[in-house]
Amino acid sequence: MMRRSLGSRLFDGANIIFMLALVFVTFYPIYYIFIVSVSGGSAVMRGDVGFWPVDFNWQTYLLVFQDPSIGRSYLNTILYTSVGTVINLICTTLCAYPLSKRDFYGRGFFTLMIVFTMFFSGGLIPSYLLVQKLGMMNTMWALVIPGAISVWNMIIMRTFFQGIPNELYESAALDGASELTSLVRITLPLSKPVMATMAMFYAVGHWNSFFPAMIYLDEKAKFPLQIILRNMVVMGEMSSQSQEISGVYAAVTSTNIKYAVIIIAVVPILMIYPFIQKYFVKGVMVGSLKG
Amino acid sequence: MPVPEAASTSGGLQQPEPHRRASREPRHGGWREVWRQLKQSRYYYAMFIIPFLFFVIFCYIPMFGIVIAFKNYNVFDGIAGSEWVGLQHFRNFLSDPYFYKLIRNTMLIGFYQILFAFPAPIILALLLNELRHALFKRFVQTVSYLPHFLSTVVVCGIIVNFASFEGLINQFLGVLGMEPIHFLMMPEWFRTIYISSEIWQGIGWGSIIFLAALSGIDSQLYEAATIDGANRWRQMWHVTLPGIAPTIIIMLLFSIGAIMAVSFEKVLLLSNGSNFETADIISTYVYRRGLVSSDFSYATAVGLFNSVVALVFLTIGNTLSRRVSETSLW
Repeated sequence: MMRRSLGSRLFDGANIIFMLALVFVTFYPIYYIFIVSVSGGSAVMRGDVGFWPVDFNWQTYLLVFQDPSIGRSYLNTILYTSVGTVINLICTTLCAYPLSKRDFYGRGFFTLMIVFTMFFSGGLIPSYLLVQKLGMMNTMWALVIPGAISVWNMIIMRTFFQGIPNELYESAALDGASELTSLVRITLPLSKPVMATMAMFYAVGHWNSFFPAMIYLDEKAKFPLQIILRNMVVMGEMSSQSQEISGVYAAVTSTNIKYAVIIIAVVPILMIYPFIQKYFVKGVMVGSLKG
Repeated sequence: MPVPEAASTSGGLQQPEPHRRASREPRHGGWREVWRQLKQSRYYYAMFIIPFLFFVIFCYIPMFGIVIAFKNYNVFDGIAGSEWVGLQHFRNFLSDPYFYKLIRNTMLIGFYQILFAFPAPIILALLLNELRHALFKRFVQTVSYLPHFLSTVVVCGIIVNFASFEGLINQFLGVLGMEPIHFLMMPEWFRTIYISSEIWQGIGWGSIIFLAALSGIDSQLYEAATIDGANRWRQMWHVTLPGIAPTIIIMLLFSIGAIMAVSFEKVLLLSNGSNFETADIISTYVYRRGLVSSDFSYATAVGLFNSVVALVFLTIGNTLSRRVSETSLW
């Protein structure tokens, strides 16, 4: 039993205070944004909102949901995220599975070729020109295809696959299973945790993605949520609809609207956050220690 | 003195089996072996073809596209038809005084990032490790990861609104009796804002790797240290830090590799006409010249310069690390 000296106890106390402060600093900004978004506009303007909503109301959210550009961009983002994540999972699995097999001829070469791309790339301009040349400008494909495989994620998946005992594959082969059957009926069922983790990582990536949409999409109707969010919250442009509506309702200011839009962009992430929690820490650990 | 095994192998058949000898023969048998292995792996190739094409098309072809940095690329002549200008673009930006401001900005931000944002997760991991209450520790960890999952736009939205003239931060300063500050308009504040937001977003997520490394330290080492009379500080110095040193070094190397690749999106969103002095970095310059002004060749040349310098830093760091410790990336 370690003697607990006074210095040691003070340290523990300070540590706990530090942790509480960290939790506060992490949580408060989001909390503040939420309470402002449900507060009355005039209270917000006066700077009255501190730790609790003032003049609690849902007006802002009603207005926000009435704005067509926000609703459309939300649907766009859901579309891009779903399609993108499915493509991600398929491509990453098709990449990780062969690379995890020791009897894959050329495995070392292919692995090197892929890992090299983590350290060096063509850069922004050549990639942009390529997308142009492939005729993907102003389409969803420019958002979901160039990023189809993340090498980091692929390595995590490969490490996981490597942990599946070879005996399972051998006995399946004896029973006459093809490689594809092995993949589908042995590997995939055992890989549910890593698949879930990968799906989460990729999905969050798509949901939060903004720059590819900014450079590849021209039509406002195709914009994802992050672009609309940027326009409203970072650059302070309000769509004309929001402006005229907020003029009519004195209880809603532009600050209210901005903060409400942030909240609706963040809520899906917050909702799936507890589920990601379960899997991702293990996933990152596996990937980092062995990768 | 002959070993029993030696006796049996020397007494019995000496020639290796015929087919193995065939595969050791130079040309003919060698190719047959290659073909056999290729055929055996054919299902793997069928699966792998999609990822392979992906990397070739979206990673390697752009690498070859770098050649336009040495030409005056325009859309009509295409890559092959554009005139060759050699190192002209490189000469241009290296003789441009503004370019050195860009380098200064990029490297200062990168340097501060390593100085402040890199140690933060390590310190957090060490402190978390010292918490005795498992549930509290889990709770703090869970909350700390959250900012990592917020998009750059959301984080910048928070910054822009909190740091605005009427925003939360200035309101708080008002409570303390201080004058409000135009944070986002003033170049002096940009680096602080940027680094602080990087720490806010990254400290929790970054600590995961170090916590994993910490859990890998043999607890017997701690017991031995306690028996030798080491208090908590000495234990940390002699057991903990050396235990996670390899992880720290690897992560440091990654950070050095990223020095030139300062988080481009965040800078893009936070920079405005007023803070260009410190906020304009190489990658945002590449974006402006290349995609906004369509100066493709010039921008590619700058981008190439950026990538090469980053690679050089990484290689130097890697070599140094290999000499000094046993850990390195390659």
